[in-house]
Amino acid sequence: MKRAYDGRPVWVGVATFVVLFTAWYLLTTVTQTISGGRFPSPGEAWDALRQISIVGYADARLPAHIVQSVKLVLYGFCTAVIIGVPLGLAMGWSRAAEAFVNPTFLLIRPIPPLAWIPLAIVWLGLGDAAKVLVIWFAAFVPVVINSYAGVRTIEPHLIEAARMLGVPRSMFVREVLIPGAMPMIFTGLRLSLQACWTTLVAAELIGAIAGLGHVLSQAALDIFPAMIVVGMAGVAVSGAAMTALLGVIERRAMPWR
Amino acid sequence: MAMSRAVPNARLIALSAAGLVTFFAVWTGFAASGLIAPQFLPSPAAVVRQFVALTRTPFVGFTLQQHIVSSFGRFAAGFGLAVAIGIPLGLAMGWFRWLDAIVSPVFDALRFIAPIAWVPFAALWFGTGIGGPVLIIFSGAFPPCVINAYRGAKFVEPRLIEAARTLGASHWRMITEVLLPASVPSIVAGLRISAGLGWQSLVGAELIVASSGIGYLLVRGQANISTSIVMSGMIAIGIVGFAIDALLRGLEARIHRRRGR
Repeated sequence: MKRAYDGRPVWVGVATFVVLFTAWYLLTTVTQTISGGRFPSPGEAWDALRQISIVGYADARLPAHIVQSVKLVLYGFCTAVIIGVPLGLAMGWSRAAEAFVNPTFLLIRPIPPLAWIPLAIVWLGLGDAAKVLVIWFAAFVPVVINSYAGVRTIEPHLIEAARMLGVPRSMFVREVLIPGAMPMIFTGLRLSLQACWTTLVAAELIGAIAGLGHVLSQAALDIFPAMIVVGMAGVAVSGAAMTALLGVIERRAMPWR
Repeated sequence: MAMSRAVPNARLIALSAAGLVTFFAVWTGFAASGLIAPQFLPSPAAVVRQFVALTRTPFVGFTLQQHIVSSFGRFAAGFGLAVAIGIPLGLAMGWFRWLDAIVSPVFDALRFIAPIAWVPFAALWFGTGIGGPVLIIFSGAFPPCVINAYRGAKFVEPRLIEAARTLGASHWRMITEVLLPASVPSIVAGLRISAGLGWQSLVGAELIVASSGIGYLLVRGQANISTSIVMSGMIAIGIVGFAIDALLRGLEARIHRRRGR
């Protein structure tokens, strides 16, 4: 839905946010229709943000929590890309590889990544390793599927032409296979990055000693709505920033598009 | 489409079988080797036995079927709510420019919050009641409903709209007879994505705020360090999720057939 509504007046959007913010302020601070125990006022949220940034909350300051979460997402995501893209490409290229791997893949695929969390905890405990495993899994499936589909979208003409010209195998992979599958691969990367964040938050909510999910679960335990809002905003902003970064990489990697 | 050299069908089937056999053989081998305690890695047969046992004897208060029913009830409530609100909203956003201009920025900003991040508020607002999981499922299932209905309405062929307009169709008839039918394929595609995300959010919600359901079964299995119970729960989640998707895929196929595509 990103570029679909170009030409939409920006001021309306800005005005909407101003109206919403004013309503939030009025309802929580002036009329107090919404009590502070249910949803914080803008002032309380600001204080919570100051507290976690300066003093710290849930054993660390905000930057440390963000670094912890981003680190886990990157570990899981990068490992999934390193293993998943070649596997997907191989499945797309070779019918035999597809036949060998696909049935097992189809068997495991309907299990959502979040359902792997308890298993990961039984196997690896509450530390970082369990979270990286689950995040890896969340990213792995979309990466494989899209790399696989990417190969299948390459124009057969291109492949035939390369074959006729007797292009050596390594050059073929570098010059035809990977660039041809690239658009779909990046679609997969975007999907899997989103899945990584969801999974990370869930894993950290269930048990962690640091990270944004830990801030959320601690705030829920302390019944501290303002800090919950800060935690949610932290999750949203970090996720958005990583998606934006991926977009930049995508434009660099595919200058021809 | 033969990309690499054509492989005969019989060989492909044999390879598929070999893949599955390898998967289960490696699993069974590790389980039987004694390197890993059965508590952590039960054999496939042990998992199947546990699965069957769970359907007969209650675990944490309920049998597996009862857990599934209670999960599915929550899912249906959250998903139904997302569909009931999301699709009309999406269509209206696609049709009325001013609504699009007002709602889209807020919607885009909220979309970056992972559904599961609503868990603390779900717990705060609803305690352990049904409202909590429903809120989380809703926040997972809602965006695809809105986005696909929006796309459906936004990309109706302009020619159709103009034709209807020249024929003097009323605003209401435009909506019911041009807009809605034209957006159905996109909406149904959205339903599938939305159901998948909703089901996944349900599992997440039940891992944290629930005292029944398959997600709860997983957590308790984890607390008891019983891998076979955890795996049985995962299988149940996979089967139900697959069934929901198959149902919607059937719906999609029927609609496409009806329209002769």
